[in-house]
Amino acid sequence: MAKELLKMKHITKTFPGVKALNDVNFSVLEGEIHALVGENGAGKSTLMKVLSGIWEYGSYTGDIEYDGEICKFQSIRDSEKKGIIIIHQELALIPYMTIAENMFLGNEKGKNYNIDWDKENAEAAKYLKEVGLEESPRTMIKNIGTGKQQLVEIAKALSKDARLLILDEPTSSLNEKESKALLDLLLDFKKKGLTSIIISHKINEISYCADSITILRDGASIGETLVKGQDNITDDLIIQRMVGRELTDRFPKRPKQDFTNAPVAMEIRDWNVFHPLYEDRKVIDQVSLKLHKGEVIGIAGLMGAGRTELMMSIFGRSYGRNITGDLYINGEKVVLKNTRDAILHKLAYVTEDRKGNGLILSNPIRVNTSLANLAGVSTNGVIDKDLEIKIAQDYVKKLNTKCPGVEQNVGNLSGGNQQKVLLAKWMFADPDILILDEPTRGIDVGAKYEIYCIINDLVAEGKSVIMISSELPEILGLSDRIYVMNEGKITGELIADEATQENIMAKIVRTDSGKSNDIKSA
Amino acid sequence: MKAKSILTKNAMIIVTVIVILFFSIGTGGKMLFPQNVNNLIAQNAYVFILATGMLLCILTGGNIDLSIGSLVCLVGAIGAVLIVQMKWPIWISMIVMLISGLVIGAWQGYWIAYKRIPPFIVTLAGMLTWRGLANVILQGLTISPMPDSFDALFNSYVPDIFGNSKLNITCLVVAVIISVLFFLFTITSRANKIRKNYDVEPFQYLLIKNIIICAVLLAFMFKLAQYKGIPVILIWVAAIVVIYTYITEKTTTGRYFYAVGGNEKATALSGINTNKVYFLAYLNMAFLSSIAAWVVMARLNSANPTAGTSYEMDAIGSCFIGGASAYGGTGTTGGVVIGAILMGVLNLGMSIMGVDMNWQKVVKGSVLLFAVIFDVMSKKRTA
Repeated sequence: MAKELLKMKHITKTFPGVKALNDVNFSVLEGEIHALVGENGAGKSTLMKVLSGIWEYGSYTGDIEYDGEICKFQSIRDSEKKGIIIIHQELALIPYMTIAENMFLGNEKGKNYNIDWDKENAEAAKYLKEVGLEESPRTMIKNIGTGKQQLVEIAKALSKDARLLILDEPTSSLNEKESKALLDLLLDFKKKGLTSIIISHKINEISYCADSITILRDGASIGETLVKGQDNITDDLIIQRMVGRELTDRFPKRPKQDFTNAPVAMEIRDWNVFHPLYEDRKVIDQVSLKLHKGEVIGIAGLMGAGRTELMMSIFGRSYGRNITGDLYINGEKVVLKNTRDAILHKLAYVTEDRKGNGLILSNPIRVNTSLANLAGVSTNGVIDKDLEIKIAQDYVKKLNTKCPGVEQNVGNLSGGNQQKVLLAKWMFADPDILILDEPTRGIDVGAKYEIYCIINDLVAEGKSVIMISSELPEILGLSDRIYVMNEGKITGELIADEATQENIMAKIVRTDSGKSNDIKSA
Repeated sequence: MKAKSILTKNAMIIVTVIVILFFSIGTGGKMLFPQNVNNLIAQNAYVFILATGMLLCILTGGNIDLSIGSLVCLVGAIGAVLIVQMKWPIWISMIVMLISGLVIGAWQGYWIAYKRIPPFIVTLAGMLTWRGLANVILQGLTISPMPDSFDALFNSYVPDIFGNSKLNITCLVVAVIISVLFFLFTITSRANKIRKNYDVEPFQYLLIKNIIICAVLLAFMFKLAQYKGIPVILIWVAAIVVIYTYITEKTTTGRYFYAVGGNEKATALSGINTNKVYFLAYLNMAFLSSIAAWVVMARLNSANPTAGTSYEMDAIGSCFIGGASAYGGTGTTGGVVIGAILMGVLNLGMSIMGVDMNWQKVVKGSVLLFAVIFDVMSKKRTA
């Protein structure tokens, strides 16, 4: 048996309010490809950040044993010295620099005051050849596609004498051919003795290249590591371990209703959206969906499935370009040119990233509450501040937002209370259709329950809700109907009664495109 | 309210008071001579006007307008040619000046708002272009003098209806009336709030605050009364500050400036046309620059090729010293007025003390830097 290259023992990492990792044990054998699998938020990235020193020694508890010694990494530099190289999902290349410049950034060849460009380019060419990328090292990064950029990242890792390569969802932005080439490259490197850890959601890819599989769920490792050839690894077993948590009574009940004959509040047909920067990349592909009056529909899928992009493109074209398709609101065909139009048509979009896209953190609750409906607190453009205060106070009371007063800056509130302010803002805009994008991300259980109650109250008033969530229990607990999205397409539609975590996850991780066949037959 | 929060909230006011005391002692009391108090307003009128406009630009995200000094010069040049050389009626010339300012503002605003060219670059280009054009129009020469009827619009004093030669009684009467109105207004609005069950500040606090404000106002107006009374330029400045305070605090349009600077994405997703907000900020800046051009032309009694040089720095400095955030989203006209007063006091005090011009720049530069450091650090603490 090969020796253990890496052993992470009893790793626990807490963030304020959340235990991201709870006593995780994780070990990797020398010369294997080890897959790390789990839902969004299961703790995979955090574990890798601990390993690579991004979360420095002391900010977690537990030990990292690498190559027979205990390591106390203070920064990513320390771990790189040992040959642990991480390649992030979001590529960290600088577009206006050449391949060679990127490859040796911070590690330039030659002297400090005199970079030896010839040497640098020659060495870059050597590594590019190793990964099979036929580009000049002098090519600008912006001129090559994502697939090739991924290869540059790997070449960069090799140039740092990588012994343990960590790839965080390396194929998420690659097409089928590129994905396969990348996985083959990893298998190739394995033969030369390189160890790699691959984080992925795609089960077909994992079964194609991984020697062993560790599954994380809710910050803990689930079961023993599965080893190829020893354990009977099936897709079902992996899925079951990924999602198999108890469904406790964490959701307020709502009377069951049959919506088949209910009036349709909103419908989209054949909706297509292209990426705002890369014109030929289709982000949303022929999506059609229907929302009945008084209904909650859940949109399940993983990060990058195109859920947020779909909703933003509907909400006044705030995302994407070349948007085609028809949108009907209350049976009437409408075109929403901008967000203002969308709000006038009684749509509201509670954004996923409440700090980045939702709230003005430096402003008080009062200002944030009225922002989407200033007309509601003003006459002829003059704001009635007293009315504004009263409305903000009413919502604070109604949603049970914990704060010293409505003049409190939103930045000083906890995540759950910020989320309530964001909800208040959109409730005050008086929409008929609310799109909630990850409404409970990063907030504690108590606040979650309160937000679920608010959602139930809203639909009881006859409003309709579209909820995007990466938490399957939440989707199951609240939705009347569920759409599953994957790679910009709707890959399934389920009535709440027939949906289970397992069959949703199965629809998420199994793509029925040609890709899976391609890899399996290879 | 706790003592500490009162201190941090009014830090710049306290600094200003200390600086005034310092110069009063340093100049042997000359600093507070009636004529010097009058000069504080007359010399710095353009700073108040420009800084008010600059605040709106800075609110949108720390964006500044570098072109305003050159713009003042160009608009002044146009006006001088029309009034002095072509003998156009004054009021028509003034309107033409405003329109030319607005056209320039719309030009710059269009590129900044709708094409998203960085404001720094657009206005830097403007700074060169408008200065150059002004020189072309003036042919490198100074045009003077302005007609008396034009100067009188800005440089005169409100006549004393009581006819006392030693002390301007009108000035004092106005001060008392404003004080009384101020007291009545704050107390009735507090009563209104109590009636509607809103939170109010403690009565003692309000009373102390009002007494301090009115005392400062009365002392200030008393000094003016000892000189020639209320300068007309003070009315111009006060009117602009009041109008813009109203716009920023009370209107939806004003709210948009804060929202865009606070979080542009969230603002756009709230159905607000953020491009228009940027456009308005720079259009308005040019509008106020044109008004400043009237004031400067009257004050200098001429239009000359170097008029307005580095005015943009005075305006930007006042905003930042007055607590506007370098990242946008926070800042008040009240703060900007304090910032402009502090700059003015520094200028005046150091001039009276005979401090070398170059050292004056060193001092002003340091004050600006420390004001922004203070702003950034105090935000970090509360974040």
